[in-house]
Amino acid sequence: MIEFILMLAALSAVATTFAIVAILLYESLSFFKTVSLLEFFTAKEWTPLFEDAHYGIMPLVAGTLTTSAIALAVAVPMGTVAAIYLSEFASYKTREMVKPILELLVGVPTIVFGYFALLFVTPLLQKVFPELPGFNMLGAGIVMGIMIVPYIASVAEDAMRAVPMHMREGSYAMGATRFQTAIRVVTPAAISGIVAAYILAISRAVGETMVVAVAAGQQPNLTFNPMESAATITSFIVQVAMGDLPHGSIGYQSIFAAGLMLMAMTLFFNIIGHIIRKKYREQY
Amino acid sequence: MDNQNLIPTKASVMDDLQEVRAMIRRHKRKDILFALVGLLALMFALLTLLTLFIDLVMDGYPRFNTEFLSEFPSRRAAHAGLLSAWVGSLLVMLVTFLTAVPMGVAAGLYLEEYAPKNWFSDLIEINVANLAGVPSIVYGLLALGLFVYGLDFGQSILTAGLTLGLLILPIIIVSTREAIRAIPTAIREAAYAVGATKWQVVKDHVLKYSQGGILTGVIIGMARALGETAPIITIGALTFIAFLPPSPIGTEAPFVNFEWLSSGFTVLPIQMFNWLSRPDHAFHINAAATGAIIILVTLLMNGTAIWLRYKIRKNIKW
Repeated sequence: MIEFILMLAALSAVATTFAIVAILLYESLSFFKTVSLLEFFTAKEWTPLFEDAHYGIMPLVAGTLTTSAIALAVAVPMGTVAAIYLSEFASYKTREMVKPILELLVGVPTIVFGYFALLFVTPLLQKVFPELPGFNMLGAGIVMGIMIVPYIASVAEDAMRAVPMHMREGSYAMGATRFQTAIRVVTPAAISGIVAAYILAISRAVGETMVVAVAAGQQPNLTFNPMESAATITSFIVQVAMGDLPHGSIGYQSIFAAGLMLMAMTLFFNIIGHIIRKKYREQY
Repeated sequence: MDNQNLIPTKASVMDDLQEVRAMIRRHKRKDILFALVGLLALMFALLTLLTLFIDLVMDGYPRFNTEFLSEFPSRRAAHAGLLSAWVGSLLVMLVTFLTAVPMGVAAGLYLEEYAPKNWFSDLIEINVANLAGVPSIVYGLLALGLFVYGLDFGQSILTAGLTLGLLILPIIIVSTREAIRAIPTAIREAAYAVGATKWQVVKDHVLKYSQGGILTGVIIGMARALGETAPIITIGALTFIAFLPPSPIGTEAPFVNFEWLSSGFTVLPIQMFNWLSRPDHAFHINAAATGAIIILVTLLMNGTAIWLRYKIRKNIKW
């Protein structure tokens, strides 16, 4: 009896997944009754709320990919270097102090980073690039990247710590320096965990909402130029949800289609990550 | 024949030695260089975040007073306050706590103590792992379709609480499982040996010894729920709320009422987003002050959780 109740609780996780997929598919199906798949993927404009409606998802995808790419360009090198430093160079004391701080930073709400992107980083960037608009993908992407650094550093450091000590000792015994050991022995051995950290970072960047909703602008714009403003998939959903949209209208259905696209993108990156990890996994 | 070439002369040995020493020096330099770069990367990330936080506190400083907490939002920035937002956050978190904690702990218990090793348990496990990676805004879409329109809960405190409850469920399940896994089997075997039933073992021993670890997960999950903005915006939460939900505690018997569950609401991060998206700079000051409060509370909660985990790890001696 008790076991049954506990099992029901555990099943709620499965039910949630099914509910997510079911709702996204159900509303998207109604959406795709009006809009052909061909138009969805090839049209160059996304204006579902206008009189003259166009339903091409590509502008939103371009915005999402651009902001995510900027974020990763910032977060991956910095996060990886910080992880290697923490795992292989830092003293025990430093590590014990920095790790909890990293965990704390991972917990900072993202809306706060939106504030930073809009009112701190963008004005700073405008001093360098005077023609930069107030809403732009560059500032949003950079802040998203800084936001993700602690995340990558923390997860990748865990992976490197898990590499057995005797491998480092073997390398030192051959006369290798710390740097050589870190780059040629520890990093390849931990690559599976490091890639997992990158994949988590990509998922976070693609699904991140508040930073882009606040700072990247809300106008769908088919461009990969970070100096322009553009909407992402997530910021479009926020924008529509803020207005009062009647249940069952095409605009209402369009945010579910956008959500489905978002899920498909995260799934795609996860599968790629899985393949890479399988290929380079090293067993000890 | 060519013995002269095989037996090294003193001069050539010295040359080789010089070369090896130069190489070691070169490699050691790389070591120091990388340590510097690593330290810089780490410090850059930490210091940027510190700068940003200080900037937030300084920008919001003029609004750090009691009126800010006791006034409703207003058209005039200087008189706008957070009253409805913090009360809303509190009530939403109450619903989240009441749904996510029992469900999450029960699910964790099932997976660690009861679940048989078969495809079905694997399915649940894969699901929990995947749910943790679903973007939070997708939970908002789920809630919009299921709670707001499907079950007709409307854009209410109940909907928001349930949504955030589902969102933090994986966090609580995972931390519950980790806490349970740390308990040695010997404890369970000892209890069985004196005749305890499975449920007695779980209730009196497993739950008891894992409660510290579970609490850690609960605090981290609740901190996450407090700061989440996207799913609550997606369910269509109003942003201008100048009233309080009906009080959960009534003056007449039975002293509790549930009207507040279906009330409209706003929460701290939404109020911040609302102020932040206005062009008038006076409202940005309010947004900064709200942000500073949100950061402070989440840092305090997460800090407590991390400290608690550290204490537990140190004190456990089985």
